[in-house]
Amino acid sequence: MEHRRSFPDVLAGGIFVLIGGAFVVGSLGYELGTPLRMGPGAFPLLVGALVAALGLAIVVKGLVAGEMIDFGTIPWRAVAVITLALMFFGFTVRGLGFVPTSAVTALLTTLASKHVRPLTAVVVAAGLTVASTLIFVVGLQLRIPLWGPWLGF
Amino acid sequence: MDLLENLALGLSTALLLQNVLWCFVGVLLGTMVGVLPGIGPTATVAMLLPITFSFEPVTALIMLAGIYYGAQYGGSTTAILINLPGESSAAVTALDGHEMARQGRAGAALATAAIGSFIAGTVATVVLAVAAPPLARVALQFGPAEYFALVLFGLIVSIALARGTALKALAMIFLGVLLGTVGQDIYTGTPRFTFDQRELYGGIDFVSVAVGMFGVAEILRNLENEQTRTAIVDKVRNLWPTREDRRRIVAPILRGTGLGAALGVLPGGGHVLASFTSYAVEKRISKRPQEFGHGAIEGVAGPESANNAAAQTSFIPLLTLGLPAHPVMALMIGAFIVHGITPGPNVITDEPALFWGLIASMWIGNVLLVLLNLPLIGMWVRMLRIPYQVLFPMIILFASIGTYSLGFNAYDVYAIVLFGLLGYILIKCGCEPAPLLLGFVLGPLLEENLRRALIISRGDATVFLTRPISAVLLALSVAALALSVLPAIRKRREQVFTEDE
Repeated sequence: MEHRRSFPDVLAGGIFVLIGGAFVVGSLGYELGTPLRMGPGAFPLLVGALVAALGLAIVVKGLVAGEMIDFGTIPWRAVAVITLALMFFGFTVRGLGFVPTSAVTALLTTLASKHVRPLTAVVVAAGLTVASTLIFVVGLQLRIPLWGPWLGF
Repeated sequence: MDLLENLALGLSTALLLQNVLWCFVGVLLGTMVGVLPGIGPTATVAMLLPITFSFEPVTALIMLAGIYYGAQYGGSTTAILINLPGESSAAVTALDGHEMARQGRAGAALATAAIGSFIAGTVATVVLAVAAPPLARVALQFGPAEYFALVLFGLIVSIALARGTALKALAMIFLGVLLGTVGQDIYTGTPRFTFDQRELYGGIDFVSVAVGMFGVAEILRNLENEQTRTAIVDKVRNLWPTREDRRRIVAPILRGTGLGAALGVLPGGGHVLASFTSYAVEKRISKRPQEFGHGAIEGVAGPESANNAAAQTSFIPLLTLGLPAHPVMALMIGAFIVHGITPGPNVITDEPALFWGLIASMWIGNVLLVLLNLPLIGMWVRMLRIPYQVLFPMIILFASIGTYSLGFNAYDVYAIVLFGLLGYILIKCGCEPAPLLLGFVLGPLLEENLRRALIISRGDATVFLTRPISAVLLALSVAALALSVLPAIRKRREQVFTEDE
């Protein structure tokens, strides 16, 4: 434990500084107003500065007396696949319609697990598509077309 | 008798067929997600929120509340049977409950948990019914300065109860507040931080934040090291506790109920604190402290009652002040607003049927939970065999459908990705997601009341200190902050949370 330097602390602090700072810069572009009539920029400026300051404190603390946290591994495959699946859903649900979008999203998601077998993936995806169609479209009357305009319907 | 009349009104609402039905669906789903590891009540409520928009407001709230307290219930089942607390508050139950199960007394432990929870739930519902109206009357006197101080107080207290370092919890709260400022400014209508995207004018949807932080981030954490869960559980026999057991659990149940009902009101995790405190109390006053950790039935009865009582009374701040004590309550605020009801002291007078109906439904929900849990325990045990490979694609798919159906806005789905990744990294760095969500929901309230108070006082910032209630609340916030930052006390707090874990 040399210096008790903690990577997670520095990373977390860095994220807070970055986001807080971005909001501070952004809010300077809006009217700040006076204390009597605070403009739209005043409150985000205040809170943004506070977040950045807290982030800085966390970084400093992480360098001298950090919290020992086991950061562990990052499941890159799962991160990539789940991101892709969700983006796909948002991007195509209007165009492809409920059924194809759900099927592809579910199939993609099953691939996030390292131990997935192709047959299991297909079965799970098919089952989930049928189940969600029954629950959301048939049962709860969600107004999303089953087949979208991109498919020529 | 006002109280009886009100409760009668509540019961007549809660006993409508559709309300009982959805209450049942709520507690069923709640028990399910409580049993299943990897998905909690917050993500579930967030995903299901959109589908409740078409319900009657009272029905929607009854179901969402059912998910919340049902999950507390289900969490203890897995804690006892496989030493895997489905909910953080059930962690203590696992200590003695699982030990009892290993000694072949799983049935007695489960029954104790169920009976304790039921008694606690019943008493706490009455506490809620008695305490809420006077509090709401007090809250009606509150001006913007008081509300600002109250919201700040609530946020600060929530960090005193959160795990992890106070500094990070504080940063998470204000990060949440900051994210809450995205969208049109309430007073001038100026769009803020929207990058000229019309879809962002309404702000970031809290459902996306909750689903991302509690759903997606949790899945990523579970996929870090995949193991096949082995749930080898014997058939549960001898459900009924012996006469000796029954004698031993009465006092712990009552003490746990009292503790839980009192601590549940605190924002940010009163139910976790309540179950830990109750365990510590029982251990201290027991004549047989050496039995604790080796299957003492008091160690199940006390914490289980405390946690369930707290789950009920944590509705008090929501229903009287409009302040959420838990991320699930924060989502319920959203449910109120969608139905055109402003959560706060006015609900009780403007919507008496809704207010009392919700309270009465909690009692009905507790009855349903006992019926669901004791005879059907075998079914819940079998649910543990569902492989995670089926579970997590289901969560992701339902999350995207649920979020998209909020406003048929693809940006809400993209936001899940963003908050899922952000939440995942921050959680890995030791930051708790709950304070961020509370900050996100309460942030706009904080800003609105701050600015309104300053307009009323003509820009004089001392208004927060010259008005007595606001001054007291601010002083309490400073005290709570000092308490959670001071090292000596923090060490004690960590002890409370990590004891015997």
